Amino acid sequence: MDFVTQHPVLVVSIIKIAIALFVIMTALAYLTWFERKVVARIQSRWGPYWVGPHGLLQPLADGIKFLFKEDIVPPTADKVTYLLAPFLALALALTTLALIPIGPASIQVLGQATQLVISHSPVGLILLFAISSMGVYGVALAGWSSNSKYPLLGGLRSSAQMISYEVSLTLSVVGVLLLAGSFDFYDIVGHQAGHWVHFFPRWEIIPQFLGFICYLTAAIAETNRVPFDLPEAETELVAGFHTEYSSFKFAMFFMAEYANMITVSCLATLLFLGGWLSPFPPPEAGSAWHWQLYLPAAGLIIGGIALIIGGLRSVQWNAKAVFPVLGIVCIGVGYLCTWASVMPVIQGPFWFLGKVFLLLFFYVWARGTLPRFRYDQLMAFGWKFLLPLSLINLVATGLVVVLRMRS
Amino acid sequence: MSVAMLVFIACGVIAVLGAIGLILAREPVHSALSLVLVMVALAVLYLLLGAAFIAAIQILVYAGAIMVLFVFVIMLLNAGVEVRTNLSRMARWLGIPLAIVFLVEMAYSLVHEYGQRAAAAGAVAGPVAASTHDLSVKLFTEFVLPFELTSILILIAILGALVLAKKEA
Repeated sequence: MDFVTQHPVLVVSIIKIAIALFVIMTALAYLTWFERKVVARIQSRWGPYWVGPHGLLQPLADGIKFLFKEDIVPPTADKVTYLLAPFLALALALTTLALIPIGPASIQVLGQATQLVISHSPVGLILLFAISSMGVYGVALAGWSSNSKYPLLGGLRSSAQMISYEVSLTLSVVGVLLLAGSFDFYDIVGHQAGHWVHFFPRWEIIPQFLGFICYLTAAIAETNRVPFDLPEAETELVAGFHTEYSSFKFAMFFMAEYANMITVSCLATLLFLGGWLSPFPPPEAGSAWHWQLYLPAAGLIIGGIALIIGGLRSVQWNAKAVFPVLGIVCIGVGYLCTWASVMPVIQGPFWFLGKVFLLLFFYVWARGTLPRFRYDQLMAFGWKFLLPLSLINLVATGLVVVLRMRS
Repeated sequence: MSVAMLVFIACGVIAVLGAIGLILAREPVHSALSLVLVMVALAVLYLLLGAAFIAAIQILVYAGAIMVLFVFVIMLLNAGVEVRTNLSRMARWLGIPLAIVFLVEMAYSLVHEYGQRAAAAGAVAGPVAASTHDLSVKLFTEFVLPFELTSILILIAILGALVLAKKEA
């Protein structure tokens, strides 16, 4: 305990990192499950079904499979860079998540009041962009170091694509920065508090709708996903930059891609969708909006009941056993959320994670719906349409801010 | 020894090792990566000085944009392993003495400066937390001329690149 009292910040940070890492790793694994299920649904298939009830243990099975596969390093590969690339990709993708706050409340850990973020920086946003801009290296180096044709082409394509779309991505965010006047995520979200005409939330998505569209498009391209997944276009390049990667290194690239997806969704939520703010007017005591405090609990309890009923009616024997137990756990957690000490803390993360989940669904939806771009179309779209659009948005926002300052 | 001191020493060592690697590596991509390492180590040093904005910009611009373009061009041209020429005559007779003079000069100024600092005991200013706001005010009032001149320089560079690219087509 002596060490704990001497370095409280360090110990609390390590605890937070450990918890966050565990949660994010689980989320990454189940994001793959979620994506496969939703895409299967869109394409009228079942998706993963046999490993665990409704394929719930599929991510675990995939992970174990990746761990036990033979790890082949091409003999002509540039060894150091080849080994470095997947680590770089995953480490940078996970580091960006450290800067994302998920709620306004501060909680008590080992007697230390601490915020719901691993690292709170006054220049958080720009630091996040700095770290994610390094993400290109993972892809580019993987393509180059494999010393093989398809990976090199994939690496070149993705570097070109990520450099091009990063410009639009960064510019589309500047409008929000101009309005909020700060790089601090807490200030940016704080600026979006309140409502127009007592009902419409003052989220940046309304004044910055153009910026939001630009951000969303550029973000899909940044994370190399359909319809912008040219770097790994299966039909043309085998698997693009990670063709020569096997075993867990291949899994690391995948995890990095999903972590990047989560990061850009979190960022979109913080910048455009009001972060952890509830869409309803504030729930002061006695106000008609007080019921929204019970939404997280209600959601969990309804979900739990649905799980119990669905599980009991299922034809799979393991679903019959597992789902009711999961349902009871959900109801228990839901009941926990009605406690007076838990309820105010849970509000921020509930809305934040809910919005992030919606954006992730949008991502998967886009993947299930849209065909892939052709390479020249991709470049033309980025430079000739998206970039001018985000520049127009920037100039217009700047004009409004200056005029408002004058008056 | 404080944590800040440990981080400082670690980053200093990494920066120097990266710089050495940049010169000694024979594979151009390895050289570029060493340079990235130097940039990142420098950014951490800026962080230690309390200049978080500068640190972020250092990584965003140098490591995240310029060096990515370097790596991209190296990959695109598929530059092979460098051929090592043992020191040319120019390097031997001019380079080595100049390098020695530079090192002596630097060591002298460091020692000299440190002596003066130690003499003025306690006058060493701690890290100043420069906010982004202060920085931008400085940039757009005191340093507005160099700032605008730099942007004109970059504009000229872009135009030059365009003219050269047009000629090819």
